[in-house]
Amino acid sequence: MCGTCGCGQPEDAVKILKPGEEEHNHSYSHDHKHDHEGEDHSHDHNHSYSHSHKHDDLNHKHDHDQHQQHHEHDHEHHHDEEHHHDHNHHSHDHDHSHGGRQIEVEQNALMQNDMAAQRNRGYFEGKGLLALNLVSSPGSGKTSLLEKTIKLVKDKTKIFVIEGDQQTMNDANRIDAAGAPVVQINTGNGCHLDADMVNKAVKKLDIMDQGILMIENVGNLVCPSLFDLGESKRVVIISVTEGDDKPLKYPTMFETSDICIINKTDLLPYVDFDVTKAREYASRVNPGLKFFELSVKTEEGMKPWIEWLMNKQKELTA
Amino acid sequence: MHEFSIAVNIVDIAIDHALKANASIVNEVELEIGELSGVVYEAMETAMEMAIKGTILNNSKINIIRIPGKGKCVSCNSEFELHNLFDPCPECGAFCPEVLSGKELRIKSLNVD
Repeated sequence: MCGTCGCGQPEDAVKILKPGEEEHNHSYSHDHKHDHEGEDHSHDHNHSYSHSHKHDDLNHKHDHDQHQQHHEHDHEHHHDEEHHHDHNHHSHDHDHSHGGRQIEVEQNALMQNDMAAQRNRGYFEGKGLLALNLVSSPGSGKTSLLEKTIKLVKDKTKIFVIEGDQQTMNDANRIDAAGAPVVQINTGNGCHLDADMVNKAVKKLDIMDQGILMIENVGNLVCPSLFDLGESKRVVIISVTEGDDKPLKYPTMFETSDICIINKTDLLPYVDFDVTKAREYASRVNPGLKFFELSVKTEEGMKPWIEWLMNKQKELTA
Repeated sequence: MHEFSIAVNIVDIAIDHALKANASIVNEVELEIGELSGVVYEAMETAMEMAIKGTILNNSKINIIRIPGKGKCVSCNSEFELHNLFDPCPECGAFCPEVLSGKELRIKSLNVD
């Protein structure tokens, strides 16, 4: 089972690809080549390709459980034979274990991701990379903002992109066409990127020292908020075609972000979006939030954003 | 459904602790989950049921302790129940209190054999 969302897909459904590598998609889809005419095709082996920590442990436990069950089975067989005394005792002990031992754990459930994120953060700092985690609802204009940003900064500094989407290489292909090195993470049915995926994607990216790394998260204002990727700053993007009460509906995302970009301001005359209200709502959960109002389409308001990026990047290497 | 990835992480941590204590079965998992942690309780329960399948937590009782949100006003210092991050202080109306509790997403303890 997929460790991201609990859907039925195998864990290796997460794909990390560069533009031009799409053809590899097929190799992941059918794991069970074994005898289809035969009675049993155990699907347990699907996990063997998995690239991450989690399920290995789980698989081990499978065995334990099965052992236990076998144990009890054995006992029942011996019932009508002569030495059933000992065995009954045995199974008794196993079954009724209400007392148990208490283990105090007191551990954050997301500790694994948080540690991986800190490792990424250290790597980015060491490299002098300004790493930004771009989060938003689908359709707010994250990819267009990236294309425009690449166009405006690529002569000034190096810029790298990690694209996160459930499916397709579309965004990576757009970024590639805009002229920045890019790696696409397809999460399958997963609703957010995690630090481990970013770690693997970065290794594929042949990243250089000193520059900007843009990580475009899966379009979703809920799930990505809890998963630190190791970014320097988190950037939440809303567009004026959405409701101005977005910050109240998804407070955690606004609370955990550093920057809020209000995009598509060229459409303000045609929509009911109230910029002042949206800013006020967002500031209620996060008074430190820094705002940029801009239109990717007309480039109005892009300049302060680009200046901020360049300054932040310079600060890192100063 | 980020609850499922959180559940998988919880199960991993529980297995890790259980094995270190030479246990082969986990009878009960006690979780502390805050009202402001960003997860939906019902989704978390379902996610845990799915995530424990086929592990040594298979028959574990999942005990989710709900931690209420509590805030402290940064202007007037009064303490109050905080059900949403954007709730104002009931005394002075200021926003963005210091969150005293409700952000927990923690495995508290295990009962093992």
